[in-house]
Amino acid sequence: MRKTLSGLLPILIPAVSLAVLLAAVFYMQPRAMSYNGLNLLFNLAVPIALATIAQMIIMAVNDLDLSMGTFVSFAACVTAVYMPQQPLVAILILAGAVGIYALLGVIITLRDLPSIVVTLGMSFVWGGLAVLILPAPGGQAPVWLRALMVSKPTLVPMAIVASVVIAVIAHLLIMRSTFGVLLRGVGGNSRSVGRAGWSVLALKGAAYATAAVFAVLAGMALVGLTTSADANIALRYTLLSIAGVILGGGEFVGGRVSPIGAVIGALTLTLAGSFLSFLRISPDWQIGAQGGILIIVLALRLGINRGSRQEKTS
Amino acid sequence: MTDVSATGPVVSIRQVRVEFGAVKALDGVDFEIRPGEAVGLVGHNGAGKSTIVNVINGGLSPHKGEILYEGEPGGGITTARAHGVRCVFQELSLCPNLTVVENTRLMHAGLKGLGWRKRAHSLIRARMDEIFPGHGVDCLATVGSLSIAERQMVEIAINFVNVTEDPKLVILDEPTSSLDAGLAEQLMAYVRRFVRAGGSVLLISHILGEILSTSSRIVVMKDGRVVASRAAGEFSVKSLVEAMGSVVKETARNAAASGTSGEKVIDVAAAKGSSTPFYARKGEIIGLAGLGGHGQTTMLLDLFAESSSKWFPSAQKPMAFVAGDRALNGTFPLWSILRNLSIGNLPSMSKLAAVDTSREATHGEDWKSRMGIRTPDMTNPILSLSGGNQQKVLFARALAGSAAIVLMDDPMRGVDIGTKQEVYATLRREAQSGRTFIWYSTEMDEMRLCDRVYVFRDGAIVAELEGDAVTEDNILAASFSGEAA
Repeated sequence: MRKTLSGLLPILIPAVSLAVLLAAVFYMQPRAMSYNGLNLLFNLAVPIALATIAQMIIMAVNDLDLSMGTFVSFAACVTAVYMPQQPLVAILILAGAVGIYALLGVIITLRDLPSIVVTLGMSFVWGGLAVLILPAPGGQAPVWLRALMVSKPTLVPMAIVASVVIAVIAHLLIMRSTFGVLLRGVGGNSRSVGRAGWSVLALKGAAYATAAVFAVLAGMALVGLTTSADANIALRYTLLSIAGVILGGGEFVGGRVSPIGAVIGALTLTLAGSFLSFLRISPDWQIGAQGGILIIVLALRLGINRGSRQEKTS
Repeated sequence: MTDVSATGPVVSIRQVRVEFGAVKALDGVDFEIRPGEAVGLVGHNGAGKSTIVNVINGGLSPHKGEILYEGEPGGGITTARAHGVRCVFQELSLCPNLTVVENTRLMHAGLKGLGWRKRAHSLIRARMDEIFPGHGVDCLATVGSLSIAERQMVEIAINFVNVTEDPKLVILDEPTSSLDAGLAEQLMAYVRRFVRAGGSVLLISHILGEILSTSSRIVVMKDGRVVASRAAGEFSVKSLVEAMGSVVKETARNAAASGTSGEKVIDVAAAKGSSTPFYARKGEIIGLAGLGGHGQTTMLLDLFAESSSKWFPSAQKPMAFVAGDRALNGTFPLWSILRNLSIGNLPSMSKLAAVDTSREATHGEDWKSRMGIRTPDMTNPILSLSGGNQQKVLFARALAGSAAIVLMDDPMRGVDIGTKQEVYATLRREAQSGRTFIWYSTEMDEMRLCDRVYVFRDGAIVAELEGDAVTEDNILAASFSGEAA
């Protein structure tokens, strides 16, 4: 009984908060309860979910990536400028960017640098590169990408299908595979991972590279939805991705992360925006109100965690 | 099993020397373990037990000498593991966020491919059942949700699991420290079976009964050397304790026969699991002895926390704390010596909330001469000083204040002998002028400077020694429990 409850708790809270929010939206706007309605509500959640997974992988090894927003913007600019005409160039640039991320992971581990400082510095590099590539908003989405993002599968809208696919793949990679075990091991107790004969350096590099792959996918998905890009298109993703991980039951340190929770967290954050619009709260107040929702959910989680811990010790 | 590698030693180290700064952790040690041997390793703090363990498991490369694994020279964690050397560390080293099965995978690179979870699960469960029958641990639970004893059982079992290579030598560093008597007996029974089947075990424990009943050979270490290595049958609890003690010098106690009868400044009722209350009188130097990590630091931190309100900590504490880990919680590495010293006592040197620099400089020069801090200029950076002189600055910071009680958490770690003597003299002087010192140290010589010594074992005070009773033999006998758990 103890095991099933404590095992499910981290995923239960984000799921319940998403359900409550969704019910509230449906109550206020019954028309949202349709194929198109759901697609519109969750469309923009797909790139956020991908960026959240990327952030979650970095957080699984006890680091934090403050360049997530600018990096996703950079990937979006590369996709919008080069992908339609020169796909090979685009792929090379993006692969190079993934390589730089791997290098960052290695440097951060090797020199024992705070990841926050390094990625904060890198955020200016990515932002600058994005402006160099695309000085003014523009570019276009590759046809296949656009087609993928606006495709309409029968029964379930694309946004939901994509979210489920992302959650399942990330869950298999991080929670089920041996690679994922090692990554979370580095977050939990990197010394014992090293004592067991693994190279923490290589693992950190691999973690950063994997995160970069998800971030690149986020940029591409964003271009597929918006059909053009802008150097500042995804700046808010930095904080959204961190909030999404935390909302989904992850923690800043200790390698405690949950991919399914992270995707749900990203969906919740997107939905919170729509919910506030339906409430007719002026956009001036929306960011504050979004913060309020975050605080309520986190306070709930803290309270429940404390309750279950007391139960265990008593 | 008649080939040479099976009968030769699993591990042998020759003339190994390891130094940490001025401290010789291992001073030319020869050591070997053969298959089918259970070697007990005993010694007091700083004898070199942990260092030798780290050399054998490949985590520490010696500055001199060589290590042979099954006759082949080599080093490094990977080589050691490839030759079947496993190590259960004293402090638990599992990942608390992972499940038992995932931790098994972490320790064994051979568990891979599809279905590794199922294989890991059956392996670890079988081993757990074998070592600790009726353990009741759910191998799919995260380690963080297990009790300390369960974690220790899991860690032991994980190291006995064989995936690609058999465990040949398992090092158990205080394996029973969180196990109750029943579980400890199960473990020792398993160790005996494992050794009979041809494995070897290196056992470190403060419970001498365990060592005597389980080992076939006992190695006694002291001051980085092996001082005895004989069959277990030739030892008794008494002769082991004697072997660990110093044979050379038993200098007269230089603690002044200060028949202190001052008022009690600290009085703590006996903690649970102990029958000895803790108290300290004005002007006393109290020693906290025992093996490292048996509750002495916790005691100091508790005393310090008790000294002020938890809700609104005040800066005016009646106690000062001298930390042992200078780099971590002692010095401000970017500041000058003077600032590192004056930070503890700024209010008395300030005028209208601004620091009076001339008064600060006088204060600095005053303490520089009183403590004998060796520097041409107090405005030099603190890191320009040697470790011992940095420690003097920290002492000066504590003594410069008005605190009547000074708590010291093994402050002389890694300090050269000359500096120590100077600090000891200062301590004695300050004690005579009415300050109370509570001193945790892992060094026997320092304990003999104390007026009274409390010996800790398993988180509780087990003995109180006073005056001439403060001897190395008495402290050793109390630190190691004779009977099996």
